[in-house]
Amino acid sequence: MSALDTRTLLPKAMSPVEGTKAPYGASGLASPRPKEKRDLLFLNLGPSHPATHGTLRALLALDGETIVAAVPEMGYLHRGFEKDCEAHPYQQCIPYTDRLNYVSAMMNNTGFCRAVEKMLRVEVPDRARYIRVVTSELNRIIDHLVCVGANLVDLGALTNFWYSFNAREKVYDILEKLCGARLTSSYMRIGGLARDTYPAFSGEVKAVLKDILAAANDVERLVAKNRILIDRTRDLCVVSGEEAVSWGWTGPTLRASGVDHDLRKDEPYDHYEDFKFQTVLGSKGDIYDRIFVRMGEIRESAKIIVQALDRLPGGPVMSPDKRVALPPKTETYGNIEGLMNHFKIIMHGVRPPRGEVYDATEAANGELGYTIVSDGGKNPYRVKCRPPCFMNYAAFASMIEGHLVADAVANLGSINIIAGELDR
Amino acid sequence: MDGKALQEQLNKTLPGAVLALTDRFGVPELLLAPAKWADAVRALKEDPASSMDMLVDLVAVDYSEYPGHEGGRFGLLAHLKSLRRGHRVTLKCLLPDDDPSVATLTGLYRNANFLEREAWDQMGIRFAGHPNLKRLLNHHEFVGHALRKDYPLKKRQWLSANESLMDEMEVKLRERGWA
Repeated sequence: MSALDTRTLLPKAMSPVEGTKAPYGASGLASPRPKEKRDLLFLNLGPSHPATHGTLRALLALDGETIVAAVPEMGYLHRGFEKDCEAHPYQQCIPYTDRLNYVSAMMNNTGFCRAVEKMLRVEVPDRARYIRVVTSELNRIIDHLVCVGANLVDLGALTNFWYSFNAREKVYDILEKLCGARLTSSYMRIGGLARDTYPAFSGEVKAVLKDILAAANDVERLVAKNRILIDRTRDLCVVSGEEAVSWGWTGPTLRASGVDHDLRKDEPYDHYEDFKFQTVLGSKGDIYDRIFVRMGEIRESAKIIVQALDRLPGGPVMSPDKRVALPPKTETYGNIEGLMNHFKIIMHGVRPPRGEVYDATEAANGELGYTIVSDGGKNPYRVKCRPPCFMNYAAFASMIEGHLVADAVANLGSINIIAGELDR
Repeated sequence: MDGKALQEQLNKTLPGAVLALTDRFGVPELLLAPAKWADAVRALKEDPASSMDMLVDLVAVDYSEYPGHEGGRFGLLAHLKSLRRGHRVTLKCLLPDDDPSVATLTGLYRNANFLEREAWDQMGIRFAGHPNLKRLLNHHEFVGHALRKDYPLKKRQWLSANESLMDEMEVKLRERGWA
């Protein structure tokens, strides 16, 4: 056989390399000596490590480069969100929710507002609901772009980062026009939105969607069939559907494990039942699936946004309900009832009746749930946020045991831990 | 399954477990006797009719300042969901001030480990049989339970040293045969 015969060389070189992913001990390379702790190397992955993208820590015990055992630690970004909420009126909790998942602030706003609206039984106008859908799906796209882009950087594929962050920046330009802030939007209000969109909104969003889809195509063309990426992500850190359910996984990580579950389909809210889109499923539940489920969801979100913009109804963006909405300024300054309503909302706040509620929305990372206990007062009695990535991080240590340190880094990016909502 | 059916199912398998049934904005809430907490969750998970396969969230509430509250000081809420059947239920039990303790769910759901550690850390609820009931969000030198109503909002504590985590590591290494 000639050494230059690529027809015979290529398939051999491209065939899966068996055994490279097995722990060193299994291949017979390990020393025959008994397993002694002093032979292990203990390594802190984090809390300040470029690949953790936040403050997470895992203590690893290494045998060679293989992780024998991992102990996770969290709480470095714990700032008492739930305790703070108990000391603030409901409306003032909304800016705190921005800072939970700062990559998809609109969804956190929506989730919290929906829970309070459910307690108050407030009807949100259709226009506000559609705009919530549009902004939430834009945030889902940003979240997935950031997650995939950063994950690929950790794997050494830097160019994708520029492609995805270019598109992300254009979305942030729109969100900035919409609410004045790029990341911490505080755009939602209990009962609707802070303000209506600007006239060119629909056109600009549709133009940006083209850029997003172009970026998604660029990223996929670079990596989907890339040998290095496939070797570093395929069949690694596999979580079966059953395990994923037991871990409480939701969202793209659950769907990557092949479980068809999406709150937008199963328990639709905000008119999601009217939009045509597909859930994207993985087949194996490995890192590769978790990356490409997100890439698929970017396209599906784009479809939802186009449908919502085409059907965007007119009308107000805030409920006329006097319990939650400030009266128009003409009334506040024009008549005594308006002035009194304004005063009541500002001084006495929004007061849901006594009771307890749990409400969940499909955020970018999965099921974002808020449990709110109200005693009828102006501050929530107790707020508990269910951050979707909390469940992902709970599984992290057991996912990486038996794998290499480099695989742990690749895996961490694929489960998209946002320390802000993980630690609250 | 609606709340009534869930209640009847539990009444058959675990008489006396369900103390009350209420509606929480469309989701049934079963108030459970604390002694039957884990058994009731197990029954709801394993019975194919209910098949509550996911522990969505675990919430601890301190009712000590809740106006008109009756029963134990602490409330423990578990939000369960069945992906197979597509229904939800909220389970609740009230725990006394002097010994807020229930049996652990760690053998039933994998994420119960972290969720129960958080409830212990923030509210001081003990979970009997939990393999590693350590603080989760707060620092290991932290004193008290931050989400209890009697913990002052603006209290500050001096926390000095990082946790080595070797206590947990030793257990794991011993399990895997590293002497």
